[in-house]
Amino acid sequence: MLDFSQELALHIPRLRRYARALTHNAAWADDLVQDTLERALRRRWMFRMQGSLPSWLMTILYRLYLNDAARSRKQETVGEELPEPAGAVDHGWQIDMQRALARLSVEHRAVIVLVGLEQVSYQEAADILGVPAGTVMSRLARARSQLRAILSGQADTVAAPPHLSRIK
Amino acid sequence: MTTPIGERDLHAYVDGQLDADRRAQIEGYLASQPQAQVQVQHWREQNLSLHRLYDGVMNEAIPMQLATALKPQPMLRALAAGVACLACGVVAGWFAHGIMAPSEIASSGTPGFARNALAAHVVFAAEQRHPVEVSAQQEAHLLAWLSKRLEAPIHAPDLREQGFTLLGGRLLPGDDAPLAQLMYESAAGERLTLTIRHAARQQREGGFQLLEQNGNAVFYWIDRDYGYALSGGITKARMLDVAQAVHARLKS
Repeated sequence: MLDFSQELALHIPRLRRYARALTHNAAWADDLVQDTLERALRRRWMFRMQGSLPSWLMTILYRLYLNDAARSRKQETVGEELPEPAGAVDHGWQIDMQRALARLSVEHRAVIVLVGLEQVSYQEAADILGVPAGTVMSRLARARSQLRAILSGQADTVAAPPHLSRIK
Repeated sequence: MTTPIGERDLHAYVDGQLDADRRAQIEGYLASQPQAQVQVQHWREQNLSLHRLYDGVMNEAIPMQLATALKPQPMLRALAAGVACLACGVVAGWFAHGIMAPSEIASSGTPGFARNALAAHVVFAAEQRHPVEVSAQQEAHLLAWLSKRLEAPIHAPDLREQGFTLLGGRLLPGDDAPLAQLMYESAAGERLTLTIRHAARQQREGGFQLLEQNGNAVFYWIDRDYGYALSGGITKARMLDVAQAVHARLKS
């Protein structure tokens, strides 16, 4: 059977995606994942009661992320670490989307990443974020309408900024 | 009788968090509400573009700092090595039971692929809430995404005749390239995973091979440029039946 650290290892790719979507910054995201793994190893005795390992890990990572965001107000370098694009045609849309996400508050971005990307249940999102389920729904509705507004407002004004040359 | 439909239901519809009855109600409602339809479409696109932006991260090599974060303490590592040897013995014992092509297994050992597939099956099939990363509701997106990451077309065989419907799938780290994992579920809640590996120039095609561990079994085989591993905890006879169906449907 797998030991606990091997089980943790299986979740690294997903945690990295989650952290990257929260931060838009590869180095910061991997620091968060590393801190999360170390904390999970130290506190493994806290786990079994909770049930879902990824959910527990995402809870830890979200708290670390909130701490970071509040403490140092790390600058989010939008556009610097764009993941590989699906195709040239989609470029503009992807850049718009990434910048729109960056303009959401930390809480709104987290809910849309958890529900839309990580596809967790609303109840699970509530547990991870440490808020009531009703709050998840209102944040989700707000986040989606904000995104939509930002995206439609940007549609005709966005020109590729110069630092996008790092796109593969 | 019917609960009125609100914005909350539309979100839950987009996020695949409704049961079949409610989903059908929402679909009926949307058919007569073009504005709500546009709304739903926008939210869907938001979800999709999140996937398109960030799914690629899962296919990146895992940085050393993360791999070392999980290194056990020296004492524990020595202990773990002992346990691993024991496990090897158990696995080797099972080779003797290889029912289809025992000679090849004995000489080459179990491919890491089959072991990875079984380990991932054990972890993810037990997940209640999110056994998969992308659900079958987004099957086209799922298969397009997996195909892109594996750099080869990936198909999800239809196993409804065998009593299993597609739940969805995820990407797994493999030894040298990413693996695709598709998960199926029966009406009774039994789960099977089909793990797919793509590599040109694999060893010659063989019959099914079998590895068992702790009540789970994995049938694995090679078909042209693909390796397949079907893992599950149901009886071997049923597993074999499903494996043959998968083989027949995916054979190019």
